[in-house]
Amino acid sequence: MAIEVRIPTILRTYTDGEKAVQGSGDTLAELFSDLDSRHSGIEARIVDEGKLRRFVNVYLNDEDVRFLDGISTKLADGDSVTILPAVAGGSV
Amino acid sequence: MRYDSPLAAVGNTPLVRLPRLSPSDDVRIWAKLEDRNPTGSVKDRPALHMIEQAEKDGRLTPGCTILEPTSGNTGISLAMAARLKGYRIVCVMPENTSSERRELLAMWGAEIISSPAAGGSNTAVRVAKELSAEHPDWVMLYQYGNPDNAGAHYTTTGPEILADLPSITHFVAGLGTTGTLMGVGRYLRENKPDVAIVAAEPRYDDLVYGLRNLDEGFIPELYDETVLTTRFSVGSADAVTRTRELLQQEGIFAGVSTGAALHAAIGVGRKAVKAGQSADIAFVVADGGWKYLSTGIYTAESTEAAIELLQGQLWA
Repeated sequence: MAIEVRIPTILRTYTDGEKAVQGSGDTLAELFSDLDSRHSGIEARIVDEGKLRRFVNVYLNDEDVRFLDGISTKLADGDSVTILPAVAGGSV
Repeated sequence: MRYDSPLAAVGNTPLVRLPRLSPSDDVRIWAKLEDRNPTGSVKDRPALHMIEQAEKDGRLTPGCTILEPTSGNTGISLAMAARLKGYRIVCVMPENTSSERRELLAMWGAEIISSPAAGGSNTAVRVAKELSAEHPDWVMLYQYGNPDNAGAHYTTTGPEILADLPSITHFVAGLGTTGTLMGVGRYLRENKPDVAIVAAEPRYDDLVYGLRNLDEGFIPELYDETVLTTRFSVGSADAVTRTRELLQQEGIFAGVSTGAALHAAIGVGRKAVKAGQSADIAFVVADGGWKYLSTGIYTAESTEAAIELLQGQLWA
């Protein structure tokens, strides 16, 4: 099962500068563990005590996973996951 | 409609159906034209309300200096009101915002302090907070944390939409300060409990995010996750594509953040079609396209070329 994960600039030190990497897992939690097996340290930057870190936003096919099942959100082959820092945006 | 002054003419904007971009006859998309406000954006509502409430409780008095972090629209609204009411205003704005916004702010007499492009609005907020600490006599209305921002939408935008569209099933708006979504969302929930409140969050390219520290992100104080049903991240490419479709198919000339909201509106609309449900989806046209003309995205030969033009810009 292949899932594309888009990595923000700040975490590319863990992925040798790669903007996107492939991973696998039935849930987001499993996906992040899988990523950590090849990109050691990345999981701890995203997850803390089994939850997403406060200023980290994770999107499954562009939908914020906090409105799905958070770190337990189920994944399917071909899904796209995007990790981003929380920002102030919009026409403010 | 007749009003006693330009400031009194804020709000009561049209809600128009988009016959071509609506997914079907049963799944209809409606645009709330907030560009029809006095300074041309939805921000006239919170800006005026924040000023009036601050005047009422004595935080803002004649001769005061107003300070605000803004990527443009709120600053423009505040500056216009400040000019008419006789306040001095200082705006902190990211340096990678369009020249039109700078011109408009200068036109209303605002003083502009540029914050570094890296970090976008987050950095503007930080710089404004530092300035506020250095100048305790300045009044920072602070749109990200001022309940009167959401309050403006709770008392005006929400009731207007429900009155015009009692059958509303979804409300979609861009997520910035979160004021529109919090205010309209709370009002609609109280009066129409099943309504879905959908946020469209702009997703910029790497140039804008830069080396944002994941441990020191920014979440507006106004934000309350429980008001939202869901939240979509919309990239520049989709936002530009929808902005151009809105122009070419429906004749509405809107800013790029509106394209992002429309993208989310069409997304939830398609879901409704798939599920065999009917829907009335209202979304917010936050501003017109005038301030983004210099990007060239409206006249670019192709959507691909338009997307290219927006690289590295804060488009919302």
